[in-house]
Amino acid sequence: MPARDPFRLDRRSLLRAATAFAALAAALPVPSRRARAEASRSAAPFAVEIAPGVHVHAGQIAEYAPDNEGDVSNAGFIVGKEAVAVIDTGGSAHVGARLRAAVRSVTPLPIRYVINTHMHPDHVFGNAAFEQDKPHFVAHHKLARGLSARADRYLSVNKEAIGEAAFAGTRVVLPTLAVTDPLTLDLGGRQLQLTAQKTAHTDNDLVIRDDETGTLFLGDLLFSQHAPSLDGSILGWISVLDALTKMPAQRVVPGHGPASMAWPDAAKPLRHYLEVLTTEIRALIKDNRTLSDATATVGLSEKDAWKLFADYHARNVSAAFAELEWE
Amino acid sequence: MVPTVRITVPSALLRGAAGLALAMLVAAGGARAADEDVWPALEKDLFGGRTVVEDTNAVVLEAPYRAEDAALVPLTIRIPAASAKTMKKLMLVIDKNPAPLVADFTFGPAAGDGERVIETRVRVDMYSNIRAIVETGDGKLVMATKFVKAAGGCSAPALKDTDAVLAEAGKMQIKHLAATADGQRVGQIKIRHPQYSGLQLNQATGYYIPAKFLRVIDVARGGERVFRMEGGISLSEDPNIRFTYAGGGDEAIEVTAEDTDGKVFKGQAGPKGS
Repeated sequence: MPARDPFRLDRRSLLRAATAFAALAAALPVPSRRARAEASRSAAPFAVEIAPGVHVHAGQIAEYAPDNEGDVSNAGFIVGKEAVAVIDTGGSAHVGARLRAAVRSVTPLPIRYVINTHMHPDHVFGNAAFEQDKPHFVAHHKLARGLSARADRYLSVNKEAIGEAAFAGTRVVLPTLAVTDPLTLDLGGRQLQLTAQKTAHTDNDLVIRDDETGTLFLGDLLFSQHAPSLDGSILGWISVLDALTKMPAQRVVPGHGPASMAWPDAAKPLRHYLEVLTTEIRALIKDNRTLSDATATVGLSEKDAWKLFADYHARNVSAAFAELEWE
Repeated sequence: MVPTVRITVPSALLRGAAGLALAMLVAAGGARAADEDVWPALEKDLFGGRTVVEDTNAVVLEAPYRAEDAALVPLTIRIPAASAKTMKKLMLVIDKNPAPLVADFTFGPAAGDGERVIETRVRVDMYSNIRAIVETGDGKLVMATKFVKAAGGCSAPALKDTDAVLAEAGKMQIKHLAATADGQRVGQIKIRHPQYSGLQLNQATGYYIPAKFLRVIDVARGGERVFRMEGGISLSEDPNIRFTYAGGGDEAIEVTAEDTDGKVFKGQAGPKGS
């Protein structure tokens, strides 16, 4: 929350100011306008340094909307002695460009890797902003297939949600380096361990570990505050989460929520949510109840535990039911 | 003498994915704007000038007004016993889907005499009317209509775990459920199948993933037909049908399904389970 809200308020007040003083601003000398924009930026840095050399931007807990340009997920970057790795790029080329500016405000080192934690548009649509750096685009080996099959829809739906201007420059940029077996990336005296997961949140989740600081980037394998979204396998997700919580880590970065969280405590609310859905759906299936029964009744005790619950929950139940009825 | 009226369904309407058929359909229907009423043209294509009358006493359709998942929209169709006894056909139509005819059910002697209930799951590509159309014993066409808000069900893959579904294609589950209040038996069949719509673009290759879906599902009880369903791409992945049927001497449910590749899948289950 603290990392996200100041930025949000600040951006809103900036927009409000821009509207109110549009006529005046046009008449003002250019340096004043620039100074004001710079002042607002320094008041709320785009990314915070959660551990030495590990920078994270916490996106809004929101759906794609015109006032957020698709800035609705977390993204970050890790700086080594020779190079930088970016982890997720935000939900539009504009957000990607702001992340790139944040990298450049910290270091002139080359951006060697752009890693995507999974295929969802709010995590990959900023990739285009980094093409000029000619990085390796790195992802789970199944990401290309999953994203390709959904690309048309992701592009059209999200463009409509934030508007053509905010979406400008956004394109699908597929991985150039596919991760199957555990992979180590070297940033110069700093190693990142990349591990492709079995089907969980999606069928292409990738976990990134920074050895130097013991920081795990979990992508959407970890949701906090923001309602979880199930696009893979509920049983797979539970089992991946259980395996991850056994891994020691100094801190983790969720795909949605605060920039940095304590591990394994951060997993508890999500683990509980997945367990509640599984238990209640299994009971309905045993009773020969239907998909419609499930979406109307399952998991409602979780309603107040999550933001955007109405946007995601029933769909999660629908997906989980379709999976669990094959047990 | 009144000639027997047969409902002939152009197979193109079932297989909207086949390039030419789709092109023809789109040309006939024009672009499907959200507010455009395509039903008059569809009614003409499907029934050749016969009029379908809205009659919720003869058929009831239950559908969510707002679908949680456009690729998995549950529908329930109820046909009261009075019309179920004599009816021969049930059709499900989604006006604005690329292939509007979802499924065409022909019932047999084991379908039963009580209230007939069919439940299944469909893909909805954009906000659209969904229709359950019954041809009654005296040759009338009646329907129930529901508007459903959902989008993207046909062109976006529902596949959560592509490899698992392909590996298990054809796997079947057949269940005998508790009988209804009026003594009708209830069965449920589930068939693992990706139900590729042919409308999903693979951007990596630039090609559409070819259509591959269950074309026919035959369900019998003790060798007598309950129903035969001819289906298209609008039936959800892993087709799932719950249905009423009549009890008999031999209670085993037999299912034969065939997909567009000509692959035949068979399943059979006695009342003690599959």
